[in-house]
Amino acid sequence: MDRFLFLTFGGLSTGAVYAAFALALVLIWRAARLVNFAQGAMAVATAYVGYAVASATGSYWLGLGAAVLAGLLLGALVERVLMRFVGHANPLNEVIVALGLVLLIQAVLGMVFGNGYRPAAAPFDTDALTLGGVAALSPYDLWVLGAVLVVVVLLALLFTRTPIGLRMRAAAFAPEVSRLLGVDVSRMLTLGWALAAAVGALAGMLVVPTGLGLHPHAMDLVFVVAFTAAVVGGLDSPAGAVVGGLLVGLILSYVTGYLGPDTTPLAVLVLLLAVLLVRPGGLFSSAKARHV
Amino acid sequence: MTATRPSARSGVDRPAGPSPLRRLLPGAPATAGPRGSTLLRHLAGAVLAGALVVLLTNQLPPYQNLQVARVCAFLCVTAGYTVLVGLNGQLSLGHGALMATGAYTVALVQRAFDERGVQGRWILPLSLLAAVAATALAGLVIGLAAARLRGPYLAGVTLAVATLVPAVSTIFTGVFNGEQGLRFPAETPPAFLGAYFQPERWLAWIALLAALLTVLLLANLVRSRFGRSLRAVRDDEVAARLAGIHVARTQVLAFVVSAGCAGLGGGVYAVLTATVAPGKFPLELSLFLLMAIVIGGLGSLAGAVWGAVLLVTLQDLPSLLTETFSLSGGLAQRLEGNLALAVFGLILIVVMLAAPGGLHGAVRTVAARLRARRRVPED
Repeated sequence: MDRFLFLTFGGLSTGAVYAAFALALVLIWRAARLVNFAQGAMAVATAYVGYAVASATGSYWLGLGAAVLAGLLLGALVERVLMRFVGHANPLNEVIVALGLVLLIQAVLGMVFGNGYRPAAAPFDTDALTLGGVAALSPYDLWVLGAVLVVVVLLALLFTRTPIGLRMRAAAFAPEVSRLLGVDVSRMLTLGWALAAAVGALAGMLVVPTGLGLHPHAMDLVFVVAFTAAVVGGLDSPAGAVVGGLLVGLILSYVTGYLGPDTTPLAVLVLLLAVLLVRPGGLFSSAKARHV
Repeated sequence: MTATRPSARSGVDRPAGPSPLRRLLPGAPATAGPRGSTLLRHLAGAVLAGALVVLLTNQLPPYQNLQVARVCAFLCVTAGYTVLVGLNGQLSLGHGALMATGAYTVALVQRAFDERGVQGRWILPLSLLAAVAATALAGLVIGLAAARLRGPYLAGVTLAVATLVPAVSTIFTGVFNGEQGLRFPAETPPAFLGAYFQPERWLAWIALLAALLTVLLLANLVRSRFGRSLRAVRDDEVAARLAGIHVARTQVLAFVVSAGCAGLGGGVYAVLTATVAPGKFPLELSLFLLMAIVIGGLGSLAGAVWGAVLLVTLQDLPSLLTETFSLSGGLAQRLEGNLALAVFGLILIVVMLAAPGGLHGAVRTVAARLRARRRVPED
């Protein structure tokens, strides 16, 4: 039972990171109807920036700020310079360009920083606190959960309570009509990419200290898991992404804890296939899947 | 329907009219008749290409022959891959894992015979056949799921498959020997070629034979009724279904064929070094393969050849640069591997943005433009 509780708390903490990452995917899907396969590589790039700043200034928080800022810039840049010019004739084109970006970013990181693992210090203790004899959350886990919660609340407020959020939703929902009503649709698209990449950057900063360290490929598996989380929740639903992330985090925590860490990729694939084949729109969707 | 019936009933030996699906084919319709049968034409091309490459391998030193062999092994994969992505519109990112399936099957079959002390020339073709069968089976499983998935979903699922290789080899360490991988007896040239026959040349011939067979089969398949169904399904599923094509079955079959080719390529790739290890089939391998078919032009078999050649030659780029410009050790170490990665990524992006038809398409466009320009003064 103790082990079960321990795994549950651990799963919630990693699940929160997956949720943030899935949220980044959902933001871009809602804004541009494409799955950003370069999300993981972009997050790694911003994490490198963040930890470079952190080690130069000695402050984790400055590094975190730098990473989020770098995410905003990188997201806007990718949209303005690349994705805008991809032909929409074939939906595969965007995926292929994003994958090219993955190769490019990882190669540049490897050339600049080297291919080795760089240590990434956590701002808080990662050893679990014991609560009534049961090993529960560590201070770092609490920070992760808190940070993701704040981001989710801020995004929800942005989209539902501010004029700019309303414009972004309108631009994604009905671009033509929004343009007629005076919404700068192309700027909203750039803003959506920037926001998504910033959320991804935060998720990257949060997940790196829990792994082996900073590495150009540190996010490969995280991206696949986050994609699974986004699919579990339904690519269209931000709330679904959060729930999906926590759910996937819990499931993977149990699988890893009881069956061994090597089984994680297998569990991800099984989970992804099960959701896609049984409920292609995600657990929280009401839309009907297309059948030919 | 009614228009064709009278002629069919009267038994007039009318040449088959162009199918309505013919417009889906790029270029002029290749009607059987004045230019002979498609099979014979492709066969002649394959024999000619094979003879040229055999002549080439007789001139090359060992390392270059190994490069030729690797190009041929990758050609098996890229040819099948481009048919799936380009002609059927299913984006799989799991072809690196399918190659691994073929490679491990070859290793396991060869080891099984080796442990029992069985030797013979027939073991290699048998193991390669087993690789094709095993990978086609894996392709059937993935394809059955894939037929219900579209676009980014399929890419995501197959990406998850690609991350699976190291995990599976570690979970079943008893069979696949984890990170170390498996060794099996190396392929040696037969005695009748002489005692001093270059082993790399023999390997190049084996790979060449596999590549020619694959391309020949695919070239005929693409020109067949099935090939037209593939394109029809890609362009419009509803219209294809109305035309009487079983959409899901076509997609699954396309995946099986493509997987079989990837299995053969992976198997040959394993034979070249007589080892398999999960480190040889990383996630990037699948992305490299994608680069290879995109740069050659999606759906074009000639483009698959371009892609396979570039895939092998570009990986030697860093060592070439290091030798030419005598770079410092630290920089050279950082460029090692990464430079090829960066070039591949750039190529993917630039080709998709500037010339979605790929190299082959670009050459064709430029040639057509030149021809048009030459025609203008005549008017």
